[in-house]
Amino acid sequence: MTAAQASLEPPRRDLRTSVVKLLSWAAIFGVLAWAWEGAEMRPLEFLRGSGNMLTFAKDFFPPDFHDWRLYLQEMVITVQIAIWGTALAVVLAIPLGILSSSNVVPWWVYQPVRRVMDALRSINEMVWALLFVTTVGLGPFTGVLALFVHTTGILAKLFSEAIEACDPGPVEGIRSTGASALGEIVYGILPQVLPLWISFALYRFESNIRAATVVGIVGAGGIGVVLWEVIRSFHYAQTTAAMIFIILTVTAFDVASAQLRKAFI
Amino acid sequence: MPPAIQIAHLDKTFAPQRGKQPRKALNDLSLNVAPGEMVALIGPSGSGKSTLLRHVSGLVTGDRCQRAWVSVGGQPIQQGGRLVRGVRERRSRIGFVFQQFNLVGRLSVLGNVLAGRLGQASTWRGLLSLWTDQEKRAAMVALARVGISEIAGQRASTLSGGQQQRAAIARTLVQGAQVILADEPIASLDPESARRVMEILAQINREDGVTVLVTLHQVDYATRYCRRVVALREGAIVFDGTPEELTPALLRDIYGAELDFALPTSTPVREAPPRAAERSRQPAEAFRLGTVNV
Ligand SMILES: Nc1ncnc2c1ncn2[C@@H]1O[C@H](COP(=O)(O)OP(=O)(O)OP(=O)(O)O)[C@@H](O)[C@H]1O
Ligand SMILES: [Mg+2]
Repeated sequence: MTAAQASLEPPRRDLRTSVVKLLSWAAIFGVLAWAWEGAEMRPLEFLRGSGNMLTFAKDFFPPDFHDWRLYLQEMVITVQIAIWGTALAVVLAIPLGILSSSNVVPWWVYQPVRRVMDALRSINEMVWALLFVTTVGLGPFTGVLALFVHTTGILAKLFSEAIEACDPGPVEGIRSTGASALGEIVYGILPQVLPLWISFALYRFESNIRAATVVGIVGAGGIGVVLWEVIRSFHYAQTTAAMIFIILTVTAFDVASAQLRKAFI
Repeated sequence: MPPAIQIAHLDKTFAPQRGKQPRKALNDLSLNVAPGEMVALIGPSGSGKSTLLRHVSGLVTGDRCQRAWVSVGGQPIQQGGRLVRGVRERRSRIGFVFQQFNLVGRLSVLGNVLAGRLGQASTWRGLLSLWTDQEKRAAMVALARVGISEIAGQRASTLSGGQQQRAAIARTLVQGAQVILADEPIASLDPESARRVMEILAQINREDGVTVLVTLHQVDYATRYCRRVVALREGAIVFDGTPEELTPALLRDIYGAELDFALPTSTPVREAPPRAAERSRQPAEAFRLGTVNV
């Protein structure tokens, strides 16, 4: 056999890759089995209860739009919560994002700032809402604060990642003119990261509309409050109506913001 | 008058790369440049040309050595491996032209040129881009001087390499720079753009008395435009003199195996540069280079 012919042979699977593959599958199934117990997985019960489920589901239809004015009003409030939650987060995430960037500030600045941002981000909006309910009280403003704090953690990280990925050349160009450190940021970095930042902010606004619909469940205002009340009082037909409002609004904003973001990058 | 650029006993050792010995990029280097001179800095790749220029502008600091000293226009930039206070203000009088232009691509040409005022305008005015009419006019004059005023409103990223480099030079004009440091300003350009950029630098040097220190890859450009050539090798000066003194034997010594890349095949090395006055009268044809071997 000549060398040319030999090269046409498809490479044979060697033993090592096969073993690795087998072990990976074993590991995946192992993890699933391990989690089965803790999650109290009981598929049989689900099947047995499916008859009940069907009668239960009937209660949800047809949706009861009798209170549509209320749903609409609360839906608007939900969007308003998302607007302010996101806007405040953007404003704060700009300086905090800059202070978390390793190519702008020394490690003893960005390390602590990053850890604080990690903390803000790792605690869910719902948990923040619960905390703020106890301090600020019930109402939309609590929702705004919850979204604001959580989103600041996320946007600061996304903003700083954009800064760290930016081209150092123009920044050095600005530095060479004798500009101040702030001048370097405003002229050298901001123009480079702005399109990305806008895109990130819109994306978070989109997510925050979704989040704003649930923070109401713990009393932080908006459609979530209504939703929680109708579920709690077994008014399932009204629950469906409220959920339809949520689905339509969230979808509309998702689509619109996706279009807008496309325009920026 | 103090020297335009004064460098004394400058050492620079970069942190060693993985698996390599630390090597000195600059080795006890001293150099004086008088006001109004146009000096070419040549040398093989890795000889420390860029590193030297970056030290002069205080973009990097040298090794911690008490004798090390860099000053521009008589004012210290760095001393003993530390930047002096107020280095940003001094930098505003030093124009830096980069091989990769380093313009802000999303800003207009005019915006990029006005950024040259950042070191002098009051901070908030600069940050908010509230430039005065006078500043804008000065920027337009600078753009006209480098021949690209008609594209002032265009985004910098849409310009050709030669146009970007000319915008970068216009920025140094707006800075009111007394010294221009140009690091391989023509290495990314086609021969015609390269010639224009060198012409502009020479003209600024001649008409405004701006001191120019320019690193060049091609020896023929160095000998053509500069009355003084300084050659580096392994971070030390191995030649400092006029183009006439730069013999082929010396060049072989400076460049070693790299000599072929530094010389275009058709241009004799020892051709003396014409005087400034004669040069401007010669037709453009005379500057067009033969095969540029890079
Ligand atoms: N940031 C850096 N980190 C580590 N080593 C560096 C750094 N910058 C430069 N060096 C090293 O310093 C030496 C001099 O580099 P320098 O860029 O000044 O050379 P140069 O003469 O400008 O070369 P070229 O003609 O290729 O531009 C080289 O050995 C280079 O590897
Ligand atoms: Mg270089």
